[in-house]
Amino acid sequence: MDNLNLNGNVPSGDLADKWTKYRSTLPLVAPNNKLKIEIIVVGTGLAGASAAATLGELGYLVKCYTFHDSPRRAHSIAAQGGINAAKNYRNDGDSVFRLFYDTIKGGDYRSREANVYRLAEVSTSIIDQAVAQGVPFAREYGGLLDNRSFGGVQVSRTFYARGQTGQQLLLGAYQSLSRQIALGNVKMFTRHEMIELVLKDGKARGIIARNLLTGELEKHGAHAVVLATGGYGNVFYLSTNAMNCNVTAAMRAVAKGAYMANPCFTQIHPTCIPQMGEYQSKLTLMSESLRNDGRVWVPAKKEDAKAIRDGVKTALDIPEADRDYFLERRYPAFGNLVPRDVASRAAKTACDEGNGIVPTGLGVFLDFSAAIERYGKSKANILGLSNPSHARIIELGEKVIEEKYGNLFEMYEKISGENPYKYPMKIYPAVHYTMGGLWVDYNLMTNVPGLFSIGESNFSDHGANRLGASALMQGLADGYFVLPYTIGTFLSEDISTPKLDVNAPEFTAAADLAKQRIDKLFAIKGKQSAESFHRRLGKIIWEYCGMSRTAEGLTTARQQVRALRDEFYTDLYLPGVANDLNPELEKALRVADFIDLGEIMVVDALDRNESCGGHFREEYQTPDGEALRRDDEYAYVSAWEFKGANQDPILHKEMLHFDNVELKTRSYK
Amino acid sequence: MKLTLKIWRQPSQNVKGKFETYSLDNVSEHMSFLEMLDVLNEKLSFEQKVPIAFEHDCREGICGTCSLVINGQPHGPLQGTTTCQLHMRNFKDGETIVIEPYRASAFPVLKDLSVDRGALDRIIQAGGFISVSTGQAQDANAIPIEKDVASHAFDAATCIGCGACVAACPNSSAMLFTSAKVAHLALLPQGKVEAQKRVLNMVRQMDLENFGNCSNITACEAECPKGISVSNIALMNREFLSASFSSNDAN
Repeated sequence: MDNLNLNGNVPSGDLADKWTKYRSTLPLVAPNNKLKIEIIVVGTGLAGASAAATLGELGYLVKCYTFHDSPRRAHSIAAQGGINAAKNYRNDGDSVFRLFYDTIKGGDYRSREANVYRLAEVSTSIIDQAVAQGVPFAREYGGLLDNRSFGGVQVSRTFYARGQTGQQLLLGAYQSLSRQIALGNVKMFTRHEMIELVLKDGKARGIIARNLLTGELEKHGAHAVVLATGGYGNVFYLSTNAMNCNVTAAMRAVAKGAYMANPCFTQIHPTCIPQMGEYQSKLTLMSESLRNDGRVWVPAKKEDAKAIRDGVKTALDIPEADRDYFLERRYPAFGNLVPRDVASRAAKTACDEGNGIVPTGLGVFLDFSAAIERYGKSKANILGLSNPSHARIIELGEKVIEEKYGNLFEMYEKISGENPYKYPMKIYPAVHYTMGGLWVDYNLMTNVPGLFSIGESNFSDHGANRLGASALMQGLADGYFVLPYTIGTFLSEDISTPKLDVNAPEFTAAADLAKQRIDKLFAIKGKQSAESFHRRLGKIIWEYCGMSRTAEGLTTARQQVRALRDEFYTDLYLPGVANDLNPELEKALRVADFIDLGEIMVVDALDRNESCGGHFREEYQTPDGEALRRDDEYAYVSAWEFKGANQDPILHKEMLHFDNVELKTRSYK
Repeated sequence: MKLTLKIWRQPSQNVKGKFETYSLDNVSEHMSFLEMLDVLNEKLSFEQKVPIAFEHDCREGICGTCSLVINGQPHGPLQGTTTCQLHMRNFKDGETIVIEPYRASAFPVLKDLSVDRGALDRIIQAGGFISVSTGQAQDANAIPIEKDVASHAFDAATCIGCGACVAACPNSSAMLFTSAKVAHLALLPQGKVEAQKRVLNMVRQMDLENFGNCSNITACEAECPKGISVSNIALMNREFLSASFSSNDAN
């Protein structure tokens, strides 16, 4: 493979001054010229909605697309925990540098310093903006904003809105977007899915969007295209992503030459409700905060685990001495609070050894009984009860737990049908976020001129592992405060480019290409549904490119993905017709792209001969089983150039330089 | 479980629809309602029949995409629960379940169980926002907001825009939806500045969209998966009245 070096176009100067200096000197587009420049924004999550609204405010002609029925539905809405910002309202020593440092370290030193610093820098403006929009963040009795500590950091910098921070932030962006729609600055296209990117003279100049109601392939032109299309977690089939999250827009860009960066960096969240059956369509996340009070365990004896799996015993039948609190045993210093990747891998190991406790074998207990008893005793003490009965202590303790986690316990009971106050929760890790994505430079532009990528759809800020409460921050930073400036560097060269003619041959060719892909799928007339292929793809990727990976497994996975692709194109069954609302066709197009992405992911994981963040290669671990990062050889971003199905993608490297932080090994023992 | 399903089928907006009956075996009580429909759709696919169109996305009860009227109730029998969070253990073996789209003239049926709720977006576009552009904001802590006021505004802000309130109302009124946004923004100091203009414009748009009037039946509150209170409607009525008398800047 070639070692072609990529340049991130990071401006020179001191880290702390870079963004301010750059922002003050980058080329501008004059207001009268903005009125003649069109921008396409695909996606209406936090990144897309905030970008479309802000670009509209600036005076550009914005066209915004979503496959949902409304721009208020994107999966940003499901984020529970909160959003980080270096406000230092707690006076606990937080600063832009500290947020930058935590994010770089948390990402296991695989992200670009300048981007991460800028993210930390604009984080404070996001909170100001959201409050001005009316986002109802949690407040204290004095009327000022409340904060909490989140994801194991040592300062309280997380702003939150009950357990619905993502929802409230998205509604804030959606409302700003709605205002621009009413003003006529943004034209909104709902129920439209981008299925092709249009290039003209090597620049991104439009998209082909499928009208999901009529099936019509519409040609839309613009001076620049912004993809805010989210992550690719659904390549695993089962994930905490929404059902319709997909990688099609990004892969269509990749097919036209954009590079896919670090696709093997995926985040597995340790506390999700486990899979109960083959029919299951998605996994549900239970907030990370539960590990503050829950103890993770499996039965120490395999026969007990089997008895629980078979429904002969329950958790309550296992005596204390026969329980293996494996996180506390392996990580005495951090115990149940080890980071997401470490907790996830430990649960997998316990289940691989045969100690899993749900019928599929893939589940562990998260037990609140010790916390309930502890809180109950403390409460009894406060109430001055002498000699309270055990039942009374439990009653008091359950009340405390209810105050802290009531809504989560209720949600768990609704889904699982089990009372988590009486029986320990059953949990298992699930895919939650993807750090990889389209390669972008400091301007958030991909290697295709005029094509930008923001939010989870790009690779830029989280390295090999994302910290809690940082996804909302990045989506809004990109959309409100970065892209609207940096897009000017490209557009300022384009002020005399006339409105794009969608009857130009480039548009017709792209629409024909999209039509051919659709016709090809209908022509297969096989026997298996798109869903069944997706499920099988997910199993391959989860098995070999999930929580732990080996060169041998990844090689197998690549063969299996290729075989699956062949089978997909010879045995897909697609009902209905192309020119109608056809969810099966939407799914089939998405699965085709997931298969191609799956192969690139596996190739990337195979190339990265080290363990870092969410990427754990079994060959690269310390004698006591911890991740072994190899900074000497792998401190680079891998950006893959796709050469077509069944071809080897070409690796381009962007070398990472760390001038402001010292590379350290994470330890939680 | 074995179920009989009576499901509304309608090929497109301008074609008359009708109920079709399907039977489904081996339904697990652990399935969600939508997973049960997934299984039915996969079965229909293999019988070379057209699968049933229904809307869904997050399956966590927060995006507001899923809808359905199940045995006469929007989002089905369980209170405070969206269809996607409803599980089959809430139904009995052998039961017949009737599944329809939301019925309201402002929500035309697009296909089968899918309806067009664009009217709700247009109500928000008419004024459901605070006019602040990016970069104009002052420091987030510059305006202290009483905890109770913030919490009250939050209760209204939890609306997921699913439209169940409209489907539940015999008049197909969108008062609960509209009032939730009016209340959320009118309660906060940031939103007070344009409160009068907002309520007049949002109510006017609501009327233009052919939603019915409120006659205090309060079925909307009972069926709202997020428990939005009808007291928001009272607040909106107060806001609307006082704005009608004192404001002339509605546009």
